[in-house]
Amino acid sequence: MLITSPNMTKPDESYAFLIATHEGLSETESHALNARLILILMNHIGDAAVLAEAMRLARDPSAV
Amino acid sequence: MKHDMPDRYALAFQLYPYAKSPDQAAAAPVRHPVIVVGGGPIGLATALDLGKRGVPVLLLDDHEGAGLGSRALCFAKRTLEICDRLGAAGPMLQKGVQWNLGKVFHDDRLLYEFNLLPEGGHAMPAFINLQQPWFEKFLHDAILAAQAEGAPIEIRGKNRVEGVTPATDHVALEVMTPDGPYALEAEWLIACDGARSPLRGMLGLGFEGRVFEDNFLIADVKMKADFPTERWFWFEPHFKSGDSALLHKQPDDIWRIDFQLGWNIDRAKELEPSRIRARVDAMLGPGVEYELDWCSIYTFQCRRMDRFRHGRVLFAGDSAHQVSPFGARGANSGVQDVDNLAWKLALVVQGVAPEALLDSYDTERVHGAEENILNSTRATDFITPKTPVSKMFRNAVLALAGTLPFARTVVNSGRLSLPCTYDGSVLNGADHAAMPARTRPGSPCPDAPLDGCWLLARLGRGFTLMGIGIGVPETMAAHGVTVEGLSLDPTPELVARYLGGAERGVYLIRPDQHVAARWDHLDAAAVAAALARAIGKE
Ligand SMILES: Cc1cc2nc3c(=O)[nH]c(=O)nc-3n(C[C@H](O)[C@H](O)[C@H](O)COP(=O)(O)OP(=O)(O)OC[C@H]3O[C@@H](n4cnc5c(N)ncnc54)[C@H](O)[C@@H]3O)c2cc1C
Repeated sequence: MLITSPNMTKPDESYAFLIATHEGLSETESHALNARLILILMNHIGDAAVLAEAMRLARDPSAV
Repeated sequence: MKHDMPDRYALAFQLYPYAKSPDQAAAAPVRHPVIVVGGGPIGLATALDLGKRGVPVLLLDDHEGAGLGSRALCFAKRTLEICDRLGAAGPMLQKGVQWNLGKVFHDDRLLYEFNLLPEGGHAMPAFINLQQPWFEKFLHDAILAAQAEGAPIEIRGKNRVEGVTPATDHVALEVMTPDGPYALEAEWLIACDGARSPLRGMLGLGFEGRVFEDNFLIADVKMKADFPTERWFWFEPHFKSGDSALLHKQPDDIWRIDFQLGWNIDRAKELEPSRIRARVDAMLGPGVEYELDWCSIYTFQCRRMDRFRHGRVLFAGDSAHQVSPFGARGANSGVQDVDNLAWKLALVVQGVAPEALLDSYDTERVHGAEENILNSTRATDFITPKTPVSKMFRNAVLALAGTLPFARTVVNSGRLSLPCTYDGSVLNGADHAAMPARTRPGSPCPDAPLDGCWLLARLGRGFTLMGIGIGVPETMAAHGVTVEGLSLDPTPELVARYLGGAERGVYLIRPDQHVAARWDHLDAAAVAAALARAIGKE
């Protein structure tokens, strides 16, 4: 089951870290970083059903 | 009157020269129990399998042997096991090249190596590299050997099927020969006439799927260089000879090189030897001497027929389904079609099984084709990403694969062909929960060493009842079928592959070496019921 309730230990810090991680990168480099990040997180999550749920939700956030 | 029948392709081996048949002078069309159209790998294997099962079979091909050219190269373990059952594997193994080590590069970086160290305790290797004309020649040699032992197989070269008319109890054929046309009738017709299948066209049947917008230059190169016997695959290679490139060893000092050229190319120009040489030079580096043996440009597609059985006409091999070569699933899956079809058709022709058994050929092999199309589509999409976003993700995977093992599991330069398990087939009977999943009903039997021989060598003439740790009767007759008994003592391999958590096991095994049903005890009535189900009598 995909967790959609608040679950980040430090939401503000983690969001700021995400933005900071992209600092100084061109748009293309940023897209590439995002792609790597998604793959790394996908592996961490692992479960195919949870991943599919997350992808559907990202495509259509109103479908909670 | 002599009719000119020019070859559509040059021959590597002349195997079955045209000879006039008495059928050509017959007053009325001669009827044959089974006619196979097409003498490619799938048609040859079909004729061989049916003939060895005692079914009279006539094969018609519009050429006189195996075509020259760079097509199939990788033959997988299951194909070799089937060829072994057909008596053709020995020379294939002897001539074929075996490899275990693969290397994957991105640009000029070696991302990782993989070793295909196959599981021990199998007679056949994971696969071999062997040129398709040799594969066909060895099948034909096995046909000659089977004929010498009385197998009722006949091959007619330069017999081109030009018309097909289905009727209720037969199919009528019009055949062209150098001596002019003649008519034939078949009770059953097997169309093994390749991806462009003229028979499919004559019957107005569709072949839907996807064309990949890319061209691949396949160059077979002869060189004495001592490159190691490994498979090297490059994504976006630094030598710029293509968007991807593959180097693979074949027998006779021949190497298969593939270059991905993109969609908008000038084919004629790309096939000029000087241009091909420039690409190969850039890849191999300076000072490597080689000759161009055979070069061609392919576009790839993944498509299949809706159904493989149309009444008395059955489609097998590329005529029924076509895949891109990534993962080597073309001929390998076609040989599994043959494996599945031959015993069923033999039982129907012999009047033992109802015609409905042939519908299970359709469902089981459509299932196999779906699996193959899915796998080869995914590999093709990874190798040739179709949108900027999919290319970005592909390259992100490659960027991580150098250091992160998890990313290597996503890298897809072709997943090697594995045999299909017929989960959910109507022919499947009882299962036993404590036994291993890999041998559940529908699965191809994994091999195992027996005292001085191999398990698979003992399976596949007809139905087998295998007892492990239980004595089974030497023969059992039910529903017009004689089941051969095979009583085995448990060995470590048999325990791991067949018993799992069970103390002992009884397996009913189909003539194509797939599991029909399994139990942990012997119950003759249950075996007979599973047999009825497995031959479509339920
Ligand atoms: C570049 C490339 C690489 C490949 N690599 C691999 C690989 O590594 N492993 C693998 O398993 N597969 C591979 N394949 C696929 C493989 O070549 C095919 O799947 C295989 O040849 C299919 O065999 P077939 O017998 O169904 O058809 P075909 O080999 O096409 O044979 C059809 C036969 O029917 C005959 N015929 C056609 N029309 C008529 C007619 N009207 N009357 C009489 N005869 C007729 C033809 O002359 C021919 O002999 C590759 C293919 C390509 C293009």
